[in-house]
Amino acid sequence: MRIKPRIVDVFVRISLNLQAFFTVGILAVIVAIIFIKGSPYINLEFIISSPQDMGRHGGIFSTIVGTILLVLLSIFLATPLGVGTAIFLTEYTKESVFTKVIRFGVESLAGIPSILFGLFGFIFFVTKLKMGWSLLAGVLTTTIMILPTIIRTSEEAIKAVPRSLRIVSYSLSATKWETVKKVVLPSAAPGILTGVMLSVGRAVGETAAIIFTMGSSLRMPLSLMDSGRTMAVHFYILAREGISMENAYATALILVLSILSINILAYYIMNRVISKFS
Amino acid sequence: MKEYFVKYMLMAFALSSLFFLFLIFIFILFEGLPLFHKAGLKHIILGSKWAPTKGSFGIFPMIISSFLVTFGALIIGGPMGLSCAIYLSEYSGKRMKMFLKPALELLAGIPSVVYGFLGVVYIVPLVRDYFGGPGFSLLSTSLILGVMILPTVISISFDALMSVPKTYREGSLAMGATKWQTIYKVVVPSAKSGILASFILGMGRAIGETMAVIMVAGNALRTPLSILDPLRTLTSNIALELAYASGDHRLGLFSTGVVLLIIIMILNYIANFGIKKGS
Repeated sequence: MRIKPRIVDVFVRISLNLQAFFTVGILAVIVAIIFIKGSPYINLEFIISSPQDMGRHGGIFSTIVGTILLVLLSIFLATPLGVGTAIFLTEYTKESVFTKVIRFGVESLAGIPSILFGLFGFIFFVTKLKMGWSLLAGVLTTTIMILPTIIRTSEEAIKAVPRSLRIVSYSLSATKWETVKKVVLPSAAPGILTGVMLSVGRAVGETAAIIFTMGSSLRMPLSLMDSGRTMAVHFYILAREGISMENAYATALILVLSILSINILAYYIMNRVISKFS
Repeated sequence: MKEYFVKYMLMAFALSSLFFLFLIFIFILFEGLPLFHKAGLKHIILGSKWAPTKGSFGIFPMIISSFLVTFGALIIGGPMGLSCAIYLSEYSGKRMKMFLKPALELLAGIPSVVYGFLGVVYIVPLVRDYFGGPGFSLLSTSLILGVMILPTVISISFDALMSVPKTYREGSLAMGATKWQTIYKVVVPSAKSGILASFILGMGRAIGETMAVIMVAGNALRTPLSILDPLRTLTSNIALELAYASGDHRLGLFSTGVVLLIIIMILNYIANFGIKKGS
């Protein structure tokens, strides 16, 4: 028997609808589980006191500090590098073999899994450059890891700046760099910010690259050469070694909430930009 | 003068990515290749015994396991991701798209340790109770990875579908084809290379995933014979032992890294080729 195409059409529509909502449902379930299981253990005490007894008791303050230090320093290094690369690729060159090679490098870097960044950071920064497990080794590794995201989003943002703005600037006898600095970058700033924030989200949730470069010391990192532990690494160790389920869920909640809010803010800024230019 | 300075500084910045890539290759190869020379390529790639402190560096079971979990992830995440992409590009209204697209992209933001942890707490017991075996298995790992690759598959397939010209659809509909006939006979074939690229990038993500896999795969050192057997992938092998390995043992982990790096580069190359061909 042949089923009528129109009936097939209805079935397909329903099935695709269900699958799309099932997928969003996965996100909702993940967030709900973490929220329900984690929220009873979260209070001010948990946030402002440092872990005791391997994380069995106490809070996660030192890991929050570790995460913030790692992320801020990495962003501080990666943003000028990434935005500079994007400016060079869009404003200073025509498409050529040279730009193709650079783009190939950026794309390849983006595809390398975090464990290989960890492996590299471990042998290069930690061992060969004798930094040991340290905040500095973690920062440098993370910088390289988030660089491709910043380059790509900045490039998109710079390309979206209308040509007419540049032409006006040139016609007022501004130089190329003046045009970039005073006209292109301010217009592209929200888009660049989105890329930076998505990178922050990635760095906050990263484990494999950081655990082998920054280490997992529970002490507060006070200098660049101190080892330290980020929230994600702390959560991994709590969960994997079965140290404390309560604290694992609570840490996961703070981790997931911070990443989701950073990403939602990033998408919000991006949408504002899109509606501004189209 | 200043203009020149700025230009060359920006060029130096742009070259930094290439330089970092070069450094990563050099240092991983530099540490990983000597063991291939010492123990033999065949011994490492095809050997099935991993006892690095006793001079056995076989990673064959891990290579197989890495591919198995990757294909498992693709079987679960591929069709579902493509369905979502089709729904987003062909069926959903503008408002729905504004809500669904960011929501699906947020899935990518959930850290892999969280996926792994939820896998241990919910998926592993489920598999153990309903299918048998230890629960830490190829099946559990594929399920988790299948969800983890969804955002990649969805966003890249979606872009490919959106870049199919509207006239193609109109032509087909005008000939009296139904919407679904139009999609699977016209739209999807036109977006084929982009969709394939999304699957391959999804594979790249799955094969490179580490922390979630360590938590749910069981990490046993044998080739899995059924989907309920535990396994150890290339990535987990590195992450499990790097912290305490020394001497030849550490070199063995770098050799594992070399194999992983080569597989990843091949996958990325194919995927980028597919994306460029599509656009």
